[in-house]
Amino acid sequence: MGETRKIALTVNGKRYAEEVEVRMHLGDFLRQQLGLTGTHLGCEHGVCGACTVLVDGVSARSCLMLAVQADGRELLTVEGIAPNEEELHPLQEAFRDNHGLQCGFCTPGMLTTLIEFLGDNPDPTEREVREAISGNLCRCTGYQGIVAAALDAAQRLKALKQA
Amino acid sequence: MAELFGSRIARLEDPALLRGVARYVDDISLPGMLHAAFVRSPFGHARIGSVDASAALALEGVHAVYAMDDIRPHLVNERLVVGLPSPSYRQNRDRPALADGEVVYVGEPVAVVVADSRYLAEDAAALVDVEYDPLPAVADCRAALEDGAPPVHLDAKHNLLAEFDMGFGDVAAAFARAPHVFRESIWIHRGGSHSIECRGGVAAYEAAEDLITYRVSTQMPHSALRTICEMLGRDENQLRVVAPEIGGGFGPKLVVYPEDVTLCIATMKLGRPVKWIEDRREHFVATTQERDQYWEVEIAVDGEAKILGIRGAMIHDHGAYTARGVNLAYNSGESLGLAYNVPAYALNIRLALTNKMPVTPVRGAGHPQATFTMERLMDRVGRELGIDRAEVRRRNLIPGADMPYEKPLKTRGGMGVLLDSGDYPACQQSVMDRLGWADFAARQDAARAEGRYIGIGLGNYVKGTGRGPFEAVTVRIGPSGRIHVYTGGVAIGQGTRTMLATLVADQLGGDMANITVTAGDTATISLGIGTSNSRLAVQAGSTAHAAAIKVREKALKVAAHMLEASEDDLEIVGSEIRVKGVTDMKVTLSQVANAVAGTPGYALPGGIEPGMEAEEHLVLDVMPYASGTAGAVVEVDAETGAVRILEYALGHDSGRIINPLIVDGQVLGGTAHGIGNALYEWMGYDADANPVTTNLAEYLLVGAAEMPNVQILHHESPSPLNPIGVKGVGECGVVPAPSAIISAIEDALTPFGVRLAGTPVTPAQIVAAIRAAPAGG
Repeated sequence: MGETRKIALTVNGKRYAEEVEVRMHLGDFLRQQLGLTGTHLGCEHGVCGACTVLVDGVSARSCLMLAVQADGRELLTVEGIAPNEEELHPLQEAFRDNHGLQCGFCTPGMLTTLIEFLGDNPDPTEREVREAISGNLCRCTGYQGIVAAALDAAQRLKALKQA
Repeated sequence: MAELFGSRIARLEDPALLRGVARYVDDISLPGMLHAAFVRSPFGHARIGSVDASAALALEGVHAVYAMDDIRPHLVNERLVVGLPSPSYRQNRDRPALADGEVVYVGEPVAVVVADSRYLAEDAAALVDVEYDPLPAVADCRAALEDGAPPVHLDAKHNLLAEFDMGFGDVAAAFARAPHVFRESIWIHRGGSHSIECRGGVAAYEAAEDLITYRVSTQMPHSALRTICEMLGRDENQLRVVAPEIGGGFGPKLVVYPEDVTLCIATMKLGRPVKWIEDRREHFVATTQERDQYWEVEIAVDGEAKILGIRGAMIHDHGAYTARGVNLAYNSGESLGLAYNVPAYALNIRLALTNKMPVTPVRGAGHPQATFTMERLMDRVGRELGIDRAEVRRRNLIPGADMPYEKPLKTRGGMGVLLDSGDYPACQQSVMDRLGWADFAARQDAARAEGRYIGIGLGNYVKGTGRGPFEAVTVRIGPSGRIHVYTGGVAIGQGTRTMLATLVADQLGGDMANITVTAGDTATISLGIGTSNSRLAVQAGSTAHAAAIKVREKALKVAAHMLEASEDDLEIVGSEIRVKGVTDMKVTLSQVANAVAGTPGYALPGGIEPGMEAEEHLVLDVMPYASGTAGAVVEVDAETGAVRILEYALGHDSGRIINPLIVDGQVLGGTAHGIGNALYEWMGYDADANPVTTNLAEYLLVGAAEMPNVQILHHESPSPLNPIGVKGVGECGVVPAPSAIISAIEDALTPFGVRLAGTPVTPAQIVAAIRAAPAGG
């Protein structure tokens, strides 16, 4: 094992204090050291977006960030999106109802990217959704179901807010 | 009870995937697990001298480095023998387990390094010193067949892998009497699969049971089991192959790879589980692709644009080894002009070895190439004879009234080619109507007046689906009353579990939540073929339907005995079997299952056979043919060459639809792949066969911003060839997309007289074509 350093961070509301190898990237750290395998690695060169997580609410490619850089940060990964064991988040519900996923491998990155996007832009146009996920590659869906899911989720979230 | 078949049902698979708790191969971690990295050839062709692993082995945490000589003692057979026979082979080029004295493509695995972590394994792999003596490499499949071309393999006399002829009718006579003959030279490039999950496997040997469990991202676990057992000389009960959650397949995951065999040997030698996960850069040089075909074709037509004959020759880039067979080139030859009345046809096909990654199917498997070639010919005929391109097609399409229509061709397995159902002209018309084909010229003129170049194009296709002979399915009601479905088919994202649960639930109570589907585990079902060729709905679907009916009949028989009622008066609702209209006269599925589980010394109820289950292997040899028409409207920027797809419609007929949600998703995903093939995807090699596109910034996949909103027009012509009337759908969208888009680009650029004869077409190529055109800028 190479040089290590101690870091402390919060992931999905849970606090962790860990000793990490300094060269380990954040994606590997989440998956291998914390056992949070929901974050997927599709290219490890920053193009496909599958590994996207939110760091202090802002989307980041966990393959392009070192674990030590997450020291002191608050992270959200796909495992932290649903409110509980029984229910799904409205965005997840919308993905299911609109067939926004097939093999599911790009899905965690799509969800985290859209959580950030819908927070910034609660009433987006189709074009804006397409631009928002243009850094996330999907090989299965042709994106149409994902776009429909994002637009549907925006409506669901708006309705929840008004309720 | 309402039938679930045909309903837009949200998928069973989704909740686990959306929560991030589904388990793909890289999510599997076993106690004591080690990690592998492969040492790969940096040369397109080289002799291998010594492999010096001493520096790598000196690193702390490195457990082993194995090259071919180290694993050879464990191999009964050193080559991965593929399953597709053909009399057309001119040489046998099965892949070795690891490179043996020679490397023949960049990326060929030479050695494996096993270490405590992947990071360490990669460090060590860089320290393995392989002595290479570089040799001339051949990259272009046409050049490979020329006299004096460097041999792809040291021991080869030439680079012709296989050659065969296809066709029917009197072609010479057809061309001799034809008033018009047009010739086209066409290049079609197809890239890699690029499932977002790369390949990978975890091999775990348990000495106490003398059993290897190999969890692998594969589309065909049973075939992997057979190949690995054959190479390792193990009995089939000493290996279990399991496909966990699969992050997309698209073809290349259907074959077994050198890494699979090597991992199984490594776990036995080390006595610990060994994991290898391919990274994306590796995927470009370690996973099969489809790549290039070059066609020289002529079409003979009469004065009314009716086809009299087609003839020509095609060269297919096979790569350095045979990873699957002659199937891609065969599919291309078989499907050229399938949608049309072609009285005479002759095609010579040559498969050329090159010093490049071997090829296997990538979604579409040879069909997009043939479709593109045929549709280019149709456009050419229209232009030359001054007849509308759609009208040329309409005059030649096989009309609905002629179905079923037998083509005088054979599939690679010798089955007849029977176009089983469909109305191709009606499908084409639906797309023309949707896109406003009749009024498009006026729209185009108006756009040109504004300095904008818009164009419209069509592509018709017919795609053989559901390749046989069978897919195994077991349906079982367990003692708990839960229904278990097992299949040799593999779920790779296409909704297989939902599809099978739907068909089974329709026979057994209608509660899909009470059904568990296990797909792709050789320990749960002895036979299986797997996922390829848009086959699972046809093969596994039909078989699940048949098996569920058998279990239903048995359950009703037992229940009738238990309730002392007539079977005809019973119905299955949820987890209960009850007498219609008498709510308290009922037994549960659990009780029925337990009644036939057997009690020592007591007779089974009604003299019925033990077990509430049925395993079926419905044999469906003749393939159902899906069909359709793609239509595209594009705008081309004549200065930059940028292409924007303004509208895209796909008329599509895959027979009866089990779940519209899933079928739409399959069609849309295929279309995106086809648009990528038309405009973006290019797996490049330089003249020395070095790959030049080895990351996703150099090799472009289509993104959300480039995709149009695709309009799907469903046509449902039930197939008479299977009990549920379905045809396959997985590959359909990809097949016609390049045809429609390239046709539309050419149409948009009519004022310049640009002619396009290949895919992909990049902006730079479009600008160059405009400059070179007769009326170019």
